[in-house]
Amino acid sequence: MIPDSWVELWEVVIRNKLRTFLTASGVFWGMFMLVLMLGFGNGLRVGVQKAMGGRWATNAVYIWGGRTTMPYKGLQPGRSIDYDQSDIPALMSEVRGLEHLAPRNQLGGYRNGVNVVHAGNATNISVSGDFPSFAEVMPRVMEKGRWINELDMAELRKNAVLGHAAYEQLFERGEDPIGAYVTVNGVAFQVVGLFRSPQTGDRGDREEMALHVPFTTFNNAFNQGDRVGWFAATARPDVAASDLEAGIRRVLAERHQIHPDDRQAIGGYNSQEEFERVENLFAGIRGLVWIVGTATLLSGVVGVSNILLITVRERTSEIGVRRALGATQLGVVWMIVQEALLLTSVAGYSGLVVGVAALELAAYYVGEGNETMGPPTIDLSVALSAVVVLVIGGLFAGVIPARRAAAIHPVEALRS
Amino acid sequence: MIRLSRINKYYQVGGHPLHVLKDLDLEVRTGEMVAIMGSSGSGKSTLLNILGILDAYDDGEYWLGDTLVKGLSERQAAAYRNRFLGFVFQSFHLLPFKNAVENVALPLYYQGINRRKRNAMAMDYLERVGLKDWAEHLPSEMSGGQKQRVAIARALVGQPRLILADEPTGALDSVTSHEIMDLLKDVNGQGITVVIVTHETDVAAECSRTVRLVDGQFEGVA
Ligand SMILES: Nc1ncnc2c1ncn2[C@@H]1O[C@H](COP(=O)(O)OP(=O)(O)OP(=O)(O)O)[C@@H](O)[C@H]1O
Ligand SMILES: [Mg+2]
Repeated sequence: MIPDSWVELWEVVIRNKLRTFLTASGVFWGMFMLVLMLGFGNGLRVGVQKAMGGRWATNAVYIWGGRTTMPYKGLQPGRSIDYDQSDIPALMSEVRGLEHLAPRNQLGGYRNGVNVVHAGNATNISVSGDFPSFAEVMPRVMEKGRWINELDMAELRKNAVLGHAAYEQLFERGEDPIGAYVTVNGVAFQVVGLFRSPQTGDRGDREEMALHVPFTTFNNAFNQGDRVGWFAATARPDVAASDLEAGIRRVLAERHQIHPDDRQAIGGYNSQEEFERVENLFAGIRGLVWIVGTATLLSGVVGVSNILLITVRERTSEIGVRRALGATQLGVVWMIVQEALLLTSVAGYSGLVVGVAALELAAYYVGEGNETMGPPTIDLSVALSAVVVLVIGGLFAGVIPARRAAAIHPVEALRS
Repeated sequence: MIRLSRINKYYQVGGHPLHVLKDLDLEVRTGEMVAIMGSSGSGKSTLLNILGILDAYDDGEYWLGDTLVKGLSERQAAAYRNRFLGFVFQSFHLLPFKNAVENVALPLYYQGINRRKRNAMAMDYLERVGLKDWAEHLPSEMSGGQKQRVAIARALVGQPRLILADEPTGALDSVTSHEIMDLLKDVNGQGITVVIVTHETDVAAECSRTVRLVDGQFEGVA
């Protein structure tokens, strides 16, 4: 059963459809924009987080050699730092919080490729010598075959694991790469695995333009001796990546006679910093969205308040009549507040629903998303807080006009 | 029904008090039909508003039935207006967006009576003023006389003990005025006390008694 006061209210609201519509559209628009901005903000964050490779990205550390800039223990600055295999057991035993350690070597250096040939197709991709543990640091999705294993390492097998993007360059469509040979600097490797990167976009493509061979085989085949080009590592879940990086630096500095404060001698990067930077950025964006959205909503609410103020003036005589017939001041106040609440909540709720529908539609087109844009979504809790903001806004919208209405003296209103 | 003793009312005009009602004494017995006459500005409407508890007086005493109307809360005043009093105005004051029956039913809304019952009662009173067939019409579709009938039905629907009418015929031609007066006399005939403010002597002549306000005081009242 619909309460009588609602029917009374409805009569007033539909009396001037255009006015009601214009008033409500301000609130509708504010809510719509708020939902849309929050949704796309979320999508952006999900997209970027995915591009960074999920949780793994937050605890990875990379360490490479640099050049000393400070004299230490009688050694001159300007010394180039190279790591070797004896660093591996030292790091494993001395660094606290180390989960996985993956020493690496790469032909041509970081981000440089070398020519790889297969059956007359040649392409420039990165070729690296890797430990089996590298797959723990940088997860790979095996599409075919397998990843490097301990036996490959021990027997110096000339096996290789190929990235999907590289495969597309070297092989004909539909050709099975497993068992095929690829040639690097005149050395032939047999492909035992084909992988995809779990990351999306450019990052993923870059990772897939790669050929991984067993570390031991690599050093042997390309005359690297004992050398380790750089280390990739992950921290245990309870240890911050930045702490792990500091721990590795300390051990390596001691082993290579580097001044503890010489930041240039050891190159390092941990993804936690980037992760935090991105998190902060998104927290900032979200804050901004709330501010802008609430401001838009507020301007809608002020619009409602303004229109109601005009309405109250127009309805002076009506309010006088109602008072003469037995309406209390409180009844009049409640009437106006209800009107404000009705206008803001119906308009705001429509804005919410249409906004969510627009997000669903956008999510449908974005699909899985790419490296900057995931599917836009809005949390239920966020939507609920928006509704709460709305109702409070509606109450505020009603207060000033309602006070004005309550102040109307029936005698004044009934004159003429 | 009504007893006024030494009622004074001032308005503040430009910082100075304007003495509008001066030591008014008045008694209206139950079942009377009293006309209040007087020149423009003599304080007739002011008096009627005080009787209707729409306005406050500054000193004196106003007894409505057994109740001293003084310092009533806003809620109590609203309740008295709703249950004891019916108003009829010169310019009708019907709500333009409500049809006749809804206008008549409005006082019952403030009594908390449900819509069905309200409209049935309103319909009943519309029939009594001869406008049953106009129930669904908006005020803008009705003549002045019809509008005033609707207003009278609205004043009666709450079964008040006192009807207060401020120049109810002021906006009507003489034939229609007569019909409205007949209607009010009918109402009075059912035992409801009626107080009418009017400029017209023929209107006053239809009442059982006439009092004259001159400059805030009754003329010739002993
Ligand atoms: N709200 C007010 N503020 C100041 N003065 C007022 C106010 N209301 C009425 N007055 C003054 O009080 C006096 C009496 O006014 P009232 O309306 O009672 O006269 P009236 O007898 O009804 O006149 P009319 O026949 O023109 O309706 C007038 O001088 C009027 O100007
Ligand atoms: Mg008057």
